[in-house]
Amino acid sequence: MPLRTRDNLKRLDHPGRALRYPARWSGCVILLAVLMYFPAVVALAQPTEHAPDTMEARLRACEPCHGRQGEGTNNDYFPRLAGKPAGYLMNQLVAFRDGRRRYPPMNYLLEYQSHSYLQKIAEYFAALRPPPAQQTATDVGSAVLARGRSLVTDGDQARGVPACSGCHGPKLTGMEPGIPGLVGLHKSYISAQLGAFRYGTRTAAKPDCMQLVAASLTESDVTAVAAWLASLAIPADPSPVPKGTLQMPLGCGSEPN
Amino acid sequence: MRTGRTLSLPILLASWLLAGLSATARADDQALVTKGEYLARAGDCIACHTNPGGALFAGGLAMATPFGTIYSSNITPDPKTGIGSWTADDFYGVMHTGRFPDGGLIYPAMPFGSYTKVTREDSDAIFAYLRSVPPVHQPNRPHDLRFPFNNRQLILGWRTLFFQEGEYQPDPTKSAEWNRGAYLVEGLGHCAMCHSPINALGGSSESKAFEGGLIPMQNWYAPSLTSNKEAGLGEWSIEEIVDLLRNGVSHRGAVYGPMAEVTFNSLQYLNDADVRAMAIYLKSLGEGTPPGAEVSSVPVPESSLLLSFGQTVYQAHCASCHAADGRGMPPEYPPLAGNPSIQMESSVNPVRMVLNGGFPPGTTGNPIPYGMPPFAQTLSDDEVAAVVTYIRGAWGNRGSAVSARQANELRTAPLD
Repeated sequence: MPLRTRDNLKRLDHPGRALRYPARWSGCVILLAVLMYFPAVVALAQPTEHAPDTMEARLRACEPCHGRQGEGTNNDYFPRLAGKPAGYLMNQLVAFRDGRRRYPPMNYLLEYQSHSYLQKIAEYFAALRPPPAQQTATDVGSAVLARGRSLVTDGDQARGVPACSGCHGPKLTGMEPGIPGLVGLHKSYISAQLGAFRYGTRTAAKPDCMQLVAASLTESDVTAVAAWLASLAIPADPSPVPKGTLQMPLGCGSEPN
Repeated sequence: MRTGRTLSLPILLASWLLAGLSATARADDQALVTKGEYLARAGDCIACHTNPGGALFAGGLAMATPFGTIYSSNITPDPKTGIGSWTADDFYGVMHTGRFPDGGLIYPAMPFGSYTKVTREDSDAIFAYLRSVPPVHQPNRPHDLRFPFNNRQLILGWRTLFFQEGEYQPDPTKSAEWNRGAYLVEGLGHCAMCHSPINALGGSSESKAFEGGLIPMQNWYAPSLTSNKEAGLGEWSIEEIVDLLRNGVSHRGAVYGPMAEVTFNSLQYLNDADVRAMAIYLKSLGEGTPPGAEVSSVPVPESSLLLSFGQTVYQAHCASCHAADGRGMPPEYPPLAGNPSIQMESSVNPVRMVLNGGFPPGTTGNPIPYGMPPFAQTLSDDEVAAVVTYIRGAWGNRGSAVSARQANELRTAPLD
């Protein structure tokens, strides 16, 4: 029904077409009158709208916790997803579905989804490049931040702690296919994950490198690393580096050589 | 030469005949196994006898009950820890009588009250299939039941009250299709395990068959299949019921909660004829009951603060998918107007859907479903109560109001 006024006005500018409109308008008025008197007819006659055939429309379930474009939210415990390598995201989706990574709301959402759908979801979020969510101001002192920076970029050779950047990349945006970026995450999320690795409640394919790394960190190390990582701005290009770019200091089951 | 030829001809013939016979036997065996696999799907054996991520049919799945935790058993053909030493007679005995081959009593978490209706022929096919899966050596974990429920003799009392042994008896006044549907729904499908009210003794009463009930421990409400005020399908078309059962979504609504598991593991694998037969039977259960004519306890919209607050929440969070008029965008975003699932006397399901969100199961007919966001983080108890009250009362819906306390209680409902 041509009820969009702007379109109709435009068409009326064309003298050749103008003549046809009065007839159409009166037709519409009659039709409207009929429809107003028979609301039940409206329900039957108008096919209901379909949802857009897009991943975005399918994955609105992810929005409240991870943001509309996977950019993350201001909730401390939910991670950004956009731009993380598809292999990493897929490993997490499968682990949540099969209950190997425990977080009941995620386990529940993914319980009855196929491998191929999870793969699509992983690829969808990996390809997104939304503008970064607003960062929260850091609440730790400069000494703690400096300690965090040192651990992230150099590790602690004396204690055998490898640098985060050795695997997660110089810009900490991760490496294809299985190593996630560490920028754009909340401090609480990072420290919760390091704790989970350390106590074995979050595990990965063996050899589970993150369990070894997290076990070598003290609680104050975790606080410092999390605070420093959370303070970093997301680089203009947050893409992970290609597979094999970095010579990893230790073997990881999630990142096959 | 001659003697040789006359001797060898019968031998050749005999060996050819034997080879032919054993090939036929192999083909028969294979057909039986295939049939058994299909029927095991219809019985959804996998749901309880396979731990997610674990070996097929090796059991060990923990099932919380009001009486303690029950662990499912290993039904692979491993002779020591599975059912490798059973015969087809033993297997039929278990299905039919709810007793182990040694006469021991089985806890009714195993739906033998339904499986007793399965024919000997179908039981043999399922057994042949279970014999064909890889054996897994995994000892059964003892149940962890509280006193006095850890005494299996108590099951005798339960059986007296709730168990009626006997194969399905076709109703000669009904069509073959209806009877096939009834056989699947009442037998292998074991729908009564959830869709009949569970009483304090953990039994479902025959006289209340398919009248719905709250599933213990899971805190989801399994709607009545006999009332059109709930999931009664009397007013649905056969196609809509088939879509719901097999694809998980339909123009009337979607499956969610524990029913998503049933569609995912069982119903999506059934053939056209069987799903149709189940639809015909289920539709007949709901026919003849009056449509929802219950007087709503919800006050008229103008006078209700809860409703107008609920409408505000709805417009902000729900209307972009379910539409301002509640018609949704079916089958992707289900309709709420006229959807019996949100108007039932129990408001547990709509409250939980708002809190937990969810995806319909990924099925062959609907492989990349549309999900609903969980609102537990976003909405307060008051907002959840208001919006659920609104959708239960708007657009001609007739559900009663929901309190913030009810919404709060369901925040801790288990998600697994």
